[in-house]
Amino acid sequence: MIRFAAAFVGALSLAVPAHATIDITEVVSPGGITAWLVENHEIPFTALEIRFAGGASLDAPGKRGAINLMTGLLEEGAGPLDAQGFAEAAESLAAEFRFDVGDDLLSISARMLSENRDAAVALLRSALIEPNFDEVALERVRGQVISIIDADSRDPDAIVSDTFARLAWGDHPYGSSLNGTLESVAGLTREDMFAARARVMTRDHIRVAAVGDITPEALGALLDTLLGELPENGAPMPPRAELGLTGGISVVDYASPQSVVLFGQIGLPITDPDYFAAYLIDHILGDGLGSRLMTAVRAERGLTYGISSFLAPRDLSETWQGYFASANEKVAEALAVTQAEWARMAAEGASDEELAAAKTYLTGAYPLRFDGNGRIASILVGMQHQGLPRDYITTRNARVEAVTADDIRRVAARLLDADALRFVVVGQPVGLPQ
Amino acid sequence: MTFARIWPILSLTLAAAPAFAEGVSHFTLANGMEAVVIEDHRAPVAVHMVWYRAGSADETRGSSGVAHFLEHLMFLGTDDLAPGELSATVEANGGSDNAFTSYDYTAYFQRIAADRLDLVMRMEADRMRDLVISQDDWATELQVIIEERNQRTDSDPGALLREQMNAAQYLNHPYGTPVIGWRHEMEALTRDDALAWYQRYYAPNNAILVVAGDVDPAEVERLAETYYGPLAPTEGLAPRERVSEPPQLAERRLTMADPRVQRPYVVRSYLAPERDAGDQSAAAALTVLAELLGGNAATSVLGRALVFDSGKAIGAGASYDGLSLDESTFGLSVVPAAGVSLADAEAALDAALAAFLRDGPDPAQFSRIRTQISADEIYARDNVQGLARRYGAALASGLTIADVEAWPDALRAVSEADVMSAAQALFDKGRSVTAWLMRPEGEGVQP
Repeated sequence: MIRFAAAFVGALSLAVPAHATIDITEVVSPGGITAWLVENHEIPFTALEIRFAGGASLDAPGKRGAINLMTGLLEEGAGPLDAQGFAEAAESLAAEFRFDVGDDLLSISARMLSENRDAAVALLRSALIEPNFDEVALERVRGQVISIIDADSRDPDAIVSDTFARLAWGDHPYGSSLNGTLESVAGLTREDMFAARARVMTRDHIRVAAVGDITPEALGALLDTLLGELPENGAPMPPRAELGLTGGISVVDYASPQSVVLFGQIGLPITDPDYFAAYLIDHILGDGLGSRLMTAVRAERGLTYGISSFLAPRDLSETWQGYFASANEKVAEALAVTQAEWARMAAEGASDEELAAAKTYLTGAYPLRFDGNGRIASILVGMQHQGLPRDYITTRNARVEAVTADDIRRVAARLLDADALRFVVVGQPVGLPQ
Repeated sequence: MTFARIWPILSLTLAAAPAFAEGVSHFTLANGMEAVVIEDHRAPVAVHMVWYRAGSADETRGSSGVAHFLEHLMFLGTDDLAPGELSATVEANGGSDNAFTSYDYTAYFQRIAADRLDLVMRMEADRMRDLVISQDDWATELQVIIEERNQRTDSDPGALLREQMNAAQYLNHPYGTPVIGWRHEMEALTRDDALAWYQRYYAPNNAILVVAGDVDPAEVERLAETYYGPLAPTEGLAPRERVSEPPQLAERRLTMADPRVQRPYVVRSYLAPERDAGDQSAAAALTVLAELLGGNAATSVLGRALVFDSGKAIGAGASYDGLSLDESTFGLSVVPAAGVSLADAEAALDAALAAFLRDGPDPAQFSRIRTQISADEIYARDNVQGLARRYGAALASGLTIADVEAWPDALRAVSEADVMSAAQALFDKGRSVTAWLMRPEGEGVQP
């Protein structure tokens, strides 16, 4: 594969939707739950995306890992069904449910055939409303989580990510892995699972989008069935995470021929008026094969297979980050070239040609995102979470176009600071200060 | 829940299966280039792919990695395009492009607004015959693929073990050589190696065009005639006939210890028949067998026995992909639970297989899998790029469009008896390769 599939690039994709003809209806259920809907009856199924704000950052003090473990248990038995009974029921309906949790959101993704949608909804409802969290399932899933924590302790990508997070956010939930620690997970009880669910899975945290073969009326009824019985209020959102990053290099010794590097500095929130300028700068600097970092570090010098930068505007803190992997003997040079490119952008901004090309790309790429029921539903639910209006899709490209070369220079000078970059290096780099 | 990261081998059984014939058309140009068009008018997007019937298994011995090296060099420019200009032009039009190399094929694709199809087809056709590789560029790109190997293989003990396992599985057939290449042979690759490869295999009579999305088949054919039609075929391109495996007379076993191992596990593979044109029934039975044994973490045979009933494993899976030009493999994997040795985990796997061979499948599970086969035909229609890949990979692996379209029915036609006879023929430990991935002595779980 010519192109590097970056492990850390996921964060920005939801942030920037736009110019497609997507007709969004806002549906308010009889019970008062709001969802966004795009009807499309060409294929007889519906994609449903549900989010609960707060995600794993709502873990109670001393209970790190509880919300992650609880999320893993939602499909492990509900109502009269045990884990296998639940899985068999889903298989019989050919319904697909996925449960996942991140630092900001707990996510439930469902695909349900039109021919048996009511039964699929009833099954999903049981997972959300009456999960059993039985002891057998708890021990089994706890074993899986402990295995993941153990594996992460030897995974250079996990080590670099955890180390960066600890340096950046310290004691805030963002500063530690949402999996918890071996000790914290060992101590979690069945009661903790119910408590974790009550903190995050509540009506005040819900965002919902549906796309596919369903009418507004049917969706309204579905929402009340699926979510109407959830408690009204969950735990309050955690405080903002103070960013503790300083410039410099942190090396974590790890025996492997290659070092992995995660680096970053302060970023900016999506609501910042300069966000689109920063987004364009980031694209020119480190997003894609033609970016400055790919050109300087890969194409011209062969120091890496891939390097990327990305804006990471999370709910409670914002960073501007990048990632690459490089042979131990080459990583010092790769790091120096990266820092020089960061400084050059801060000092000079971008040329008119670069800005024009970035605009054409970002505005042209935007409608290509809306090419499947599941993908569209994910974008819509992300927009809701970010507080964007439904017409954002039609106005977004104009915001990209409005950015000028002066904006690029001003925002690059204001935000980018090569000396403030913290590089976390996991490997046995040659020629870097330890 | 199943935490996806637990699996050492991804199960891709049913997902690799059905397609839908609705809105699919095809044509062949006079110079031998085949084309498939898949219509999906829900979004104004087109996917344009060119697949070459040339993969790493077609390399001559000693030049491993050249197929993938050439894939990288294909982005360096032509007589009409400057280095990087193709990707830059695609990007400037809001599109994205990439490429991938496998044992049996190399493919290039762009995803772009449907009204820019003309542009990408012109550029892709240009680099089919007119690639230019400058003296400076190829040496830098060689360093890039060596870094790619560092990142994807040498930094990952699981990937290193898979490489060793394939080499043990295929004593003679080139599937035993990694797609990216052995490092020492990669380091010796030259511009001439790459050009010889290119001139032989990159030709319309060795290529398949797949265009999918918001497109009109007649317009696609007109554009293809315009851009691909004038290209000269490679004369004398022989059918792909590779050496075959000798009979396996001894069980093969490997152990690998590495301090970087994140999670010890046992994996086993068996040689298994692939999908053949006009004859997909054996592969269909194996596909259903893999789904029965390891498809669903909670309801599959291995999941039930090893994870739920005995608790000896935190994960157990089965994998089989029949899409292969030559003989494929069927894989099994077990990740032991804490405190369970690899030997015990393997013994539990053997016991579960023996019970399955004795008792046969649970009829209820068999019936649920048939339901899923039909549902996947519906869900698959939501991902036109995925459909395009199915057709491209199948045609590049020796199948026809008729085979792709017959595949869902072939899966539905599989009976319980078919599955059991496939399993009886497959599970002979004397014809398997079993590997243990572990940490060095004194660290963590040991056998």
